[in-house]
Amino acid sequence: METTARGAATVRGDRAATGRFRRRRGASLESRVIWWVFFLCAMLSVLTTVAIVFSLLSQALSFFREVGVWEFISGTRWTPILKPRSYGVLPLVNGTLLVAFLAAIVALPVGLATAIFLAEYAPDKVRRIIKPALEVLAGVPTVVYGYFALTFVTPQLQRVFPDMIVFNALSAGIVMGIMIIPMVSSLSEDAMISVPRSLRQAAYALGATKLETSVKVVVPAALSGIVASFILAISRAIGETMLVTIAAGATPRMTANPLDSIQTMTAYIVQLALGEAAHGSLEYNTIFAVGLLLFVMTLCMNLLGYWVVRRWRQAY
Amino acid sequence: MAKSKVNFDPRLARRKMIGGVFYFVFLCAVMVGILSLLVLLTRILMEGLPWLSLGFLTNYPSRHPEIAGIRSAMMGTIWVMALTALFTVPVGVGAAIYLEEYAPKNRLTQLIEINISNLAGVPSIVYGLLGWALFVQIMSMGRVVLAGALTLSLLVLPIVILASREAIRAVPNEYRLGAFALGADQWQVIKGAVLPSAIPGILTGTILALSRAIGEAAPVIAISALVYLTFVPADPFDQFTVMPIQIFNWVGRPQDDFQSLAAAGIIVLLAILLTMNALAVILRNRYQTRSED
Amino acid sequence: MNDDAPIFEVSSLSLYYDDFRALKDIDMEIRRYAITALIGPSGCGKSTLLRCFNRMNDLIPTARIEGRILFEGSDLYHPDVDATEIRSRIGMVFQRPNPFPKSIYDNVAFGLKINGYRGDIDEAIERSLRQAALWDEVKDRLKDSALELSGGQQQRLCIARALAVEPEVILMDEPASALDPIATLAIEELVRELSESYTIVIVTHNMQQAARVSHETAFLMAGEDRSGYLVEHGATSQIFTTPKSERTEAYITGRFS
Repeated sequence: METTARGAATVRGDRAATGRFRRRRGASLESRVIWWVFFLCAMLSVLTTVAIVFSLLSQALSFFREVGVWEFISGTRWTPILKPRSYGVLPLVNGTLLVAFLAAIVALPVGLATAIFLAEYAPDKVRRIIKPALEVLAGVPTVVYGYFALTFVTPQLQRVFPDMIVFNALSAGIVMGIMIIPMVSSLSEDAMISVPRSLRQAAYALGATKLETSVKVVVPAALSGIVASFILAISRAIGETMLVTIAAGATPRMTANPLDSIQTMTAYIVQLALGEAAHGSLEYNTIFAVGLLLFVMTLCMNLLGYWVVRRWRQAY
Repeated sequence: MAKSKVNFDPRLARRKMIGGVFYFVFLCAVMVGILSLLVLLTRILMEGLPWLSLGFLTNYPSRHPEIAGIRSAMMGTIWVMALTALFTVPVGVGAAIYLEEYAPKNRLTQLIEINISNLAGVPSIVYGLLGWALFVQIMSMGRVVLAGALTLSLLVLPIVILASREAIRAVPNEYRLGAFALGADQWQVIKGAVLPSAIPGILTGTILALSRAIGEAAPVIAISALVYLTFVPADPFDQFTVMPIQIFNWVGRPQDDFQSLAAAGIIVLLAILLTMNALAVILRNRYQTRSED
Repeated sequence: MNDDAPIFEVSSLSLYYDDFRALKDIDMEIRRYAITALIGPSGCGKSTLLRCFNRMNDLIPTARIEGRILFEGSDLYHPDVDATEIRSRIGMVFQRPNPFPKSIYDNVAFGLKINGYRGDIDEAIERSLRQAALWDEVKDRLKDSALELSGGQQQRLCIARALAVEPEVILMDEPASALDPIATLAIEELVRELSESYTIVIVTHNMQQAARVSHETAFLMAGEDRSGYLVEHGATSQIFTTPKSERTEAYITGRFS
């Protein structure tokens, strides 16, 4: 896979050189225009990022003109609509991380075990059935998961925890975990498949069993890809919206109890977007401050994920 | 042949047993995903099928669950998706062509590439905030189809670009060299040799990207809000709602009947998704068999 | 166990991948504490034959064998025989150096740990690295990644890794083909030294190498049906000076490759 990418890069480099060569010799107006059109298409993605940062930042700044950054970051009460108003974002962060944590408990072991099974154990026939099924699981819209959490998983959980209220972090966390299993498993499987066969053979030749080969040789060799899949899946869980809006509740609070009703950052944004907050009002601006924080958190995790892959990649 | 090695205590039987246990554990892990999917689908079909009828497709939403339908949301989805496709395909393919065929290897190109892969990881609700601020407020479009479509376009653009790049990259280099050898310039090469063989791949990728957008509620909810629409949008400047939002609306109601309506809506949504995916698979297979001839 | 008895006795061995017959009716014996070279043109099945000795072909789902291999007098492919156990007694070194992406120390320790080494692991690692003539080069950086070593060092590390589990036989599949001439000579010298305490079977496409290092040589060829068969097997000096078969002579004098 690595080689293909490198091969493509060289080929692309050659082609790009051809393009430059032609332009330098005085390219026609038509081909200049065409070049600019394509260039602008590519730049539109950069513009999107700029627009995201700008729109979040500008409204968030007017929020921070009235509420201190420190109060926002460190406050443990989030009551932007009800008096007495308080703008401490930590309860929303708490809710977000609690659900993401529960999701990780489900998805990381299950996803990794699934990846090991697919990459090391499953015969081709079985793989051809399981992989499309996991793709379907990944393609199911998140409102559907919300419906599933609220109308199926929560009632089942209430049999175990009779006191648990309808909207709770546990149900949302479990279903979120199921939702991101395919992400963990497919990225981890890719990483494990790209571990050279010769390493497996070396392990077998030393008298290792299949499990020892998989767990002590292949998994460590694929570790960067596996860790990256974990980070990206958790980042996805942090940014996920509809599922937690439907099933986890609308009660911002500092809690570590999964049976509590909570509110995530994303669910708060939806809650306020649905209400008719006046444009420019402080409540309206809170969602951009929360959105900015969400954007920064997921961006950091995604960058961390890419960094892990690049930094730890083994050169075989 | 039991010439055991004195310095070693391999305890092979025990290791084999642990291996067997873990095989079972891995198998169970796989079943978690598969069984969840089965339970989810069964649950939705059992709840929703009794409510599915022609009337459900042709009626507008209503306070009375027995006559409520998904017409306005379905038409809204079709409107938004058509416009999204219209915006993303040219821009996405253009960006892919630039990156694959023109881009020099420099910092700007690197920046564009990193940026695209990062955009793919931005939570969809953030796109909603962008769309709300940019299209609804700053450009004062209002809560209209166009604003929703533009927002979703920005959301799926990175996916369309990645898919198109892959399709363009898969075109054998001999095609380009052949065309160059005939004296074609770069644009003629792209138009005549690269794009025609990349189109099936681009289409497949685009359909898959759109099938992701069709299920997205978060970015649209910031734009359209939870309106109770009893009309079908007539032009891009009408108010609208889309299917996932209608489903969200129904799920949020306490009455059981509305929950069942939500399930019925989910069946319709999943059916559309399935159709799109099947279309993508058929396209891919057809293209593959043809290229093998 | 009698030192004169062959360690492997191969009789009427055929190997199939699905319907394709890769090896045809091989009969040969492998002498204990000697270096046996398997030579022949590419595609003659010499690597496949080598992998029959430690049942590596078991890992290929479509592969199956007919005939028999006796190892220390008992059937290697008997249903009661565990391939995993066999592989800890018959080590293997591969064509390209394939150290694990772990530290030098952990590479050698891997086989010791999984096989439940009773003694002091540090001592065993030092002993194996010394046997593989690598100790002096790496003793100060055992915790460094094995991937930082040169190709020749990596291959000697792989040999040390195989030696650590105290095998009776070492199978080598063109162990020097990916190395430069100097590293190749170092490996060849090492192989000769090891033959005093181990039985070694080495596949090579380099006839000079076979002539330099081995005591016995077996020459294989692919027939018209592309399945490999044994042409001739004897003392290396005899094979290279007075081959019985014209095909052997043609091959070693370079008339075809």
